[in-house]
Amino acid sequence: MKSLSDLQKLRDEAKKRVSMREGDARYRVVVGMATCGIAAGARPVLNALVEESANNTYSCTISQTGCIGMCTLEPIVEISGPDGKKITYVHVNPAKAVEILKSHVGNDTVLEAYTVDSAK
Amino acid sequence: MERLHVLVCAGTGCTSSESAKVVEKFHEELAKAGLTSEVKVIKTGCFGLCQKGPIVAIHPDKVFYCHVTVADVAEIVSEHIYKGRPVKRLELTDIDEETKEKIFEIDKIRFYAKQKRIALKNCGVINPEDISEYIAVDGYMALGKVLTSMTPQQVIDELKLSGLRGRGGGGFPTGVKWQFAANQPKGDKYVICNADEGDPGAFMDRSVLEGDPHCVLEAMAIAGYAIGAKHGYIYIRAEYPIAVDRLVIAIKQAEDLGLLGKNIFSSGFDFTIEIRLGAGAFVCGEETALIASIEGKRGMPSAKPPFPAVSGVWGKPTIINNVETFANVAQIINKGAAWFTQLGTEKSKGTKVFALGGKITNTGLVEVPMGTTLREVVYEIGGGCPNNKNFKAVQTGGPSGGCLTENDLDTPIDFDNLVALGSMMGSGGMIVLDEDNCMVDVARFYMDFIVDESCGKCTPCRVGTKRLLEMLTDITEGRGTMEMLDEMEHLAYMIKDTSLCGLGQTAPNPVLSTMRLFKDEYLAHVQDKKCPAKVCKHLLTYSIKEDACRKCGLCARGCPTNAISGVLGKSPYVIDASKCIKCGSCVTACRFGAVERV
Repeated sequence: MKSLSDLQKLRDEAKKRVSMREGDARYRVVVGMATCGIAAGARPVLNALVEESANNTYSCTISQTGCIGMCTLEPIVEISGPDGKKITYVHVNPAKAVEILKSHVGNDTVLEAYTVDSAK
Repeated sequence: MERLHVLVCAGTGCTSSESAKVVEKFHEELAKAGLTSEVKVIKTGCFGLCQKGPIVAIHPDKVFYCHVTVADVAEIVSEHIYKGRPVKRLELTDIDEETKEKIFEIDKIRFYAKQKRIALKNCGVINPEDISEYIAVDGYMALGKVLTSMTPQQVIDELKLSGLRGRGGGGFPTGVKWQFAANQPKGDKYVICNADEGDPGAFMDRSVLEGDPHCVLEAMAIAGYAIGAKHGYIYIRAEYPIAVDRLVIAIKQAEDLGLLGKNIFSSGFDFTIEIRLGAGAFVCGEETALIASIEGKRGMPSAKPPFPAVSGVWGKPTIINNVETFANVAQIINKGAAWFTQLGTEKSKGTKVFALGGKITNTGLVEVPMGTTLREVVYEIGGGCPNNKNFKAVQTGGPSGGCLTENDLDTPIDFDNLVALGSMMGSGGMIVLDEDNCMVDVARFYMDFIVDESCGKCTPCRVGTKRLLEMLTDITEGRGTMEMLDEMEHLAYMIKDTSLCGLGQTAPNPVLSTMRLFKDEYLAHVQDKKCPAKVCKHLLTYSIKEDACRKCGLCARGCPTNAISGVLGKSPYVIDASKCIKCGSCVTACRFGAVERV
């Protein structure tokens, strides 16, 4: 180790890999992964979200949950914010998922077009 | 890309309940489900809740599973990891005292809620065999800070300000110890990490080394810089194979990255660390004996002064600190002495790790701020005595310590308070005793340990403790006399006053402490020839309650000496005391509780 900045660089890289264990993220992104969700294509959505968040520095954790109850609207992605409010996005595909993450988590802007309210 | 981390405890406790097989099974099941690229399985250090091991934590979901067996893994993978439905039956839970509802959130569970983890900060969070994970949690930043922006004296001053005291038992101020060594003339000096943890029931140091070996290496290098040493030894017992393996890996990784070795951070500072394995002699935890052992001599203490800070290993100035003491150092440097002094009591700053054992619901490792009461540790974190038994005492400080009783439950725990109560902090073993423990027998157990472990150099310790053990054995076997009690006390003080090292000076403490606090139990053994806790079998007689006996004959069938006679279904069974060897098999055999011990 030559200098302190070498160590800092190493730390910042390593930090990304363990950040999910710390739980101080602002947003919690949840994908419905019950049979209905998986059948509708939730797995590629989840993978796209994980990939997008790994390549950027979003303050969020990505996890999965069981059936959310609106099976016809799957794949469903829910994002809970720091204020505890939950936004539900429906009929998500991998491309939409990346858009949602960029806008909602990256820019704190809810992407109204894809929410459950607009789908009704 | 990884979306989920599965953390499996690979400490000694969980390893002995087959956590290594659980890890293998996870790899197998994840491969079957095609999830290998998304989910990473990590072996980590102790979560503290050894009672409920093997522990598996899943992040970012913050789900904690306990008692995970190989058979449960498939379900966790298919239900939780694949479908996102945590397996409720395996989750760690607690009952909310007010609402009586189940709590699943880890931060609210009482075992963890009262804890403050500093020495154990990374245990159960990072992979101890991967230096990059330690670096990710600010590892080696303190060493970098020290080498690039602080003078050795500034480091020592920061340690002094923090009020950190030796966690090995003595409670000597760490900064002051470092100052003594730093003040010695320049030349060869050494840093030793004392990992010769020997108290029965203590496993704090082992868990730190198993879960976070780098924090000790980093602190040793900082100490080396502060006192002007270039070389360090870790003296660890060979009975800690997992800890030794992880230290070897950690030293190698730190050397590869140039965090140990020559010219660290281009500062001109060199530091290397070597492991020395001890054979497990208790006396080698005493610093002068430890030094003798490192030098290849028989592990026997020598007179102080000169103190090791003046003349230690190879006759050179040496500092010896305990593992847990070192585990606090990097964080004090990173966060500052002021942060550390916020925690703890006036004279004991920071936190202390305790190994909870004995008659307690949550056996395991806990770290609490100094000044936490014994009641909080035993009842709130530890969950009290299992099976609704009554709490009797806590033994702290191992064979050098003493007992604390119900009256002491509300005393804040720190170095000075425990000494005032006639016990000591020791390294942090806490053995909880309940109504079924005989205090004379407990004293006899510790004395038996000391007789084994006395190095034999000083007559009072070598011969005196043997005589104490003989008298204690006589008392538990019904040959005790009142004169014996006086003689024991006299001998105990003589051993304390005339032994050379700490082992001998403190060896009679368990006897003196139990004699003072539980005099009535000693008297019952000596005068009435009875053991109130029904432990000492020479003082017990077995008999069958006539009216409770269902005449089934199960007891007679199990008796190895045919001491029980009766007629099946007709007359109650009777024990012939002259044949009875008091093995207790009839008590186990009887389904109606008809056999009683008096």
